[in-house]
Amino acid sequence: MSIFATLKLALRALWRNKVRSLLTMLGIVFGIGAVIAMVAGGQGAQAAVKEVFQSLGTNVLVVSNNSMRQGGPSQGAGGGAALTWEDLRRLEQESLPTVRYIAPVLETRTQLVSEGGNWATSVSGTTATWFKIRNWDVEQGASFDEDTGNSNAKVAVIGKTVAAQLFPNENPIGQVIRISGQPYEVLGVLTSKGQGPRGDNDDTVIIPLNAYKQKLSRDGGAKYLKGQILVSMMEDDQAETTMQKLTELLRDWHKLDAKDDDDFRIRNPAEFAKAQQDSTERIATLLAIVAAVSLFVGGIGVMNIMLVSVIERTREIGIRMAVGAKPVDVMTQFLVESLALAAVGGLLGLGLGYVSAQYMADYFGWKMFFPATTAAVAFAVAGGVGVVFGLYPAIRASQLDPITALRYET
Amino acid sequence: MPPLIEMRAIERTYVMGDNLVRALRGVDLTIEQGASIAIMGTSGSGKSTLMNIMGCLDQPTKGNYLLHGRDVARLSRAQLADVRGRMIGFVFQSFNLLSRTSALENVEMPLMYQGVGAGERHRRAMAALERVNLKGREDHHPNQLSGGQQQRVAIARALVTEAPVIMADEPTGNLDTKTSYEVMAILQGIVAQGKTVILVTHESDIAAYAQRVITLRDGLIIDDRKQTPLTPPPPEKHDQEAA
Repeated sequence: MSIFATLKLALRALWRNKVRSLLTMLGIVFGIGAVIAMVAGGQGAQAAVKEVFQSLGTNVLVVSNNSMRQGGPSQGAGGGAALTWEDLRRLEQESLPTVRYIAPVLETRTQLVSEGGNWATSVSGTTATWFKIRNWDVEQGASFDEDTGNSNAKVAVIGKTVAAQLFPNENPIGQVIRISGQPYEVLGVLTSKGQGPRGDNDDTVIIPLNAYKQKLSRDGGAKYLKGQILVSMMEDDQAETTMQKLTELLRDWHKLDAKDDDDFRIRNPAEFAKAQQDSTERIATLLAIVAAVSLFVGGIGVMNIMLVSVIERTREIGIRMAVGAKPVDVMTQFLVESLALAAVGGLLGLGLGYVSAQYMADYFGWKMFFPATTAAVAFAVAGGVGVVFGLYPAIRASQLDPITALRYET
Repeated sequence: MPPLIEMRAIERTYVMGDNLVRALRGVDLTIEQGASIAIMGTSGSGKSTLMNIMGCLDQPTKGNYLLHGRDVARLSRAQLADVRGRMIGFVFQSFNLLSRTSALENVEMPLMYQGVGAGERHRRAMAALERVNLKGREDHHPNQLSGGQQQRVAIARALVTEAPVIMADEPTGNLDTKTSYEVMAILQGIVAQGKTVILVTHESDIAAYAQRVITLRDGLIIDDRKQTPLTPPPPEKHDQEAA
């Protein structure tokens, strides 16, 4: 019997029991839909986490004062600070082979005022190198050059959010903003980096380090570096060795004994990012497994209905066998029927999965992923479900004795 | 040319619970091509078992069965199905048409299992329906046809494969007298065209239309005689019947 004729026969049999076919199909529809939505959601969530941490700059170590320090040496005038400008200078002099860039950052939250309005945000003082470490360019205007960065010029590079808040309808370049009463000229607007682990990356203002020290540091930034030192590495895999070397040097310079705790902290955001991503991935996998289980349950529904169908159509099977249907013909007929059921369900499931993935992406503000590979695999699995769960009923049908089947009373 | 059907010492034993039921206890039978044969017997005589074996729906426990010279007693299920499709057309008491399927598709069905193409299938099924005077009813479903018409669709289904043997199991059992005449007239027409029709019946007035009557009792042939068949009364008005 030709495949086309068999398929036509199968679709007709399914069409005869429209409601039943539809209900059976729903199990597959939701199973496939859930698998696709969960995988797409998982990929979206992972991409979102990745994006957040990539905004920090990859391959960067953050050296900061250890605010959780217990005991340790006298805190002196720094009040909680242990890093000094001397540390920074010596670090730069050391020029470690694995270190590419070093940039200090001081940061505070303060009020900005422009002619148009005012806005509270974080203001950072740093050098031109910082833009290289963060891999952050201006979208409009200019960033600081080496000289400006080391000067005390009253200039600022602002993030997109700040630009939008202070200069909603004008070009911010060349405008003046007041930071703690002092006027700064806007040099440039940074490209958008979206959300970071500490909130909106674009809600920020960058000014030269020395301008910050003079105008925003309470003690004029004399001895202690009450901020962070960002250190970027030459290669991706040097974080570990660089961290060890830095720890060694800083402990030496701070004259810490073997029994003393570090009075500074070195973080590797990439590691944190990885941990975050791992946990997101675990959850995504778990959800995908739950979805796969629901697909399996859908498959059992198909098997159940096919078994009922075989019993109901015992007489039909007997008639077909009497006029020359071989066992394999009967088996194929039922197998194609369950395959068609699963395939149509699978297609609808793809649609449902796509719509749910889109909805989730919109709702959580993720990037929309339609996992083409997963979709293909899920569709193949739907087909597989049709075959696997249709096989037993189909074999049962094919093994009916024609005489018994012909006498079967419905 | 070997005889159409040649059975030697056919035995068929069933196990029912603890009992061994010997439905056929050694049947020898030869049937030549182009005859009409009635197999008679009371219920339990083994006539249905004999028909099932002759029709390749069942296999003998012992003995040889040559159909057109080919031993079919030890074939696989798939091979048996193939033999049924090509050699035998069935007509049942309860018609056994597929419901919710048009007369035409019912008649086309055996050809599908022989891999006949759609065009050829349609042409041959239409011709078969015409032979049983059902032209114009090809799109009717069984529930839109009278009993006689349904049985004629079943006969068309048996004819469509050009199988040499038509096995009819109580073909008039569910029909009134007038319709029975029609069906018997059609079956006699088939015999006149050189086919073999084997009727299984317990009604002697139906057996009277056959050229040879074989009687079974307790799994053995107890009588086998030739006769001049009756001719059914001429059809009155076949075609207006369900108009």
